[in-house]
Amino acid sequence: MNRRSFIALLIAGSATRGVARLDAATTKEVEVMAEKFDFTPDTVKAKVGQPLTFVLTSIDRIHGFKMPDFGIRTDIVPGEERRVTIMPTKTGSFAFFCDVFCGDGHEEMGGTLIVEA
Amino acid sequence: MLQADRRDFLKLAGMAGVTFTAGLFPSRHASAQAGGDFHFVQFSDTHWGYKGPANPDAEHTLEKAIATVNALPQQPDFIVFTGDLTHTTEDPKERRARMKHVREIIGGLKVRDIRFMPGEHDAALDKGEAYREFFGDTHYTFDHKGVHFIALDNVSDPGAKLGDEQLAWLAADLKQHKSDDRIVVMTHRPLFDLRPSWDWTTADGAKAIDLLMPYQNVVVFYGHIHQENHHMTGHIAHHAAKSLVFPQATPGPNAPPRRPPPPPYDASQKNLGTRDIEMGKTVTFVELPVAKA
Repeated sequence: MNRRSFIALLIAGSATRGVARLDAATTKEVEVMAEKFDFTPDTVKAKVGQPLTFVLTSIDRIHGFKMPDFGIRTDIVPGEERRVTIMPTKTGSFAFFCDVFCGDGHEEMGGTLIVEA
Repeated sequence: MLQADRRDFLKLAGMAGVTFTAGLFPSRHASAQAGGDFHFVQFSDTHWGYKGPANPDAEHTLEKAIATVNALPQQPDFIVFTGDLTHTTEDPKERRARMKHVREIIGGLKVRDIRFMPGEHDAALDKGEAYREFFGDTHYTFDHKGVHFIALDNVSDPGAKLGDEQLAWLAADLKQHKSDDRIVVMTHRPLFDLRPSWDWTTADGAKAIDLLMPYQNVVVFYGHIHQENHHMTGHIAHHAAKSLVFPQATPGPNAPPRRPPPPPYDASQKNLGTRDIEMGKTVTFVELPVAKA
């Protein structure tokens, strides 16, 4: 596996989890940058049935990226690019957040994935 | 003073909230254990150093709670602090200053037997280095009147893990105990997935619960979520305590996916407090207010 490229394949487990077929033609990519204490952007939109890849970078320190509703998490290490792919299977708003304690403000470091039909 | 008498006294003195009784030690037979009944008090989430609108009185709340506990008609055998003694700061010097200060304030307690545990605000930025200088080990055990207490550290790892080493230590400790021994586990974060999208969980907490599951008489007391919460994982009861700084939003079924900010400050401070825990035939606890009504 490419050291700079980490791809999380999700397996079925809950209503929001599904198998992400890595189809370059249909997978949507969104770049998300982590920096104390924000993700930019902090709102991401996706469509049901279309795989979504988060391309994650950090510019200051190790952060975490966790989406419990999709069963994924990864560290985001400065100087490296981390990629995680999900398959939205239902509409709704889902949280992502930093799960590596990073200072005063850590608890507010998060964002929302909005999945539309 | 008998258990019921003591609770009645607390009510008459305007010091008792709701009494919570659960079959926490369902397998315990009154005559089967050594040692007598006793009680201890849980403080949690004092967040010394916090300054903000969620509690404009934060500088005095801990001192008020200490005065309330000092006024209890029967002093507890010991007191536990289940983490977040200090509010986090990225300045190591300031972190130590806050720990020194909170240690001095806690010195005002009449009870001298005090057991500490870290929260992520104390320990996650330096893996518990400053905490250990002021408060000692981050995980340990002790025994009191026939009850085995286990303090677990699920915060020094910034990823909120107990870690394999601590889990092996826990397994080795539990192996020394019979399945019907009375065991109280104390942690900062919930060991179970209370609300994962609000980060109210421990990454490998399920492994600790698996290790505890063969033991019939286990109860867990923790903090972190700044409110009462009562939950069962099988026969193991988990009880979250109020904080001494500000309450957090409640994780009800209609709660938003991201954790909302704390609710507006309530000057009555009724949503803050400590907890008086009675260890008898059952475990009973009373929520104590910050200040006497």
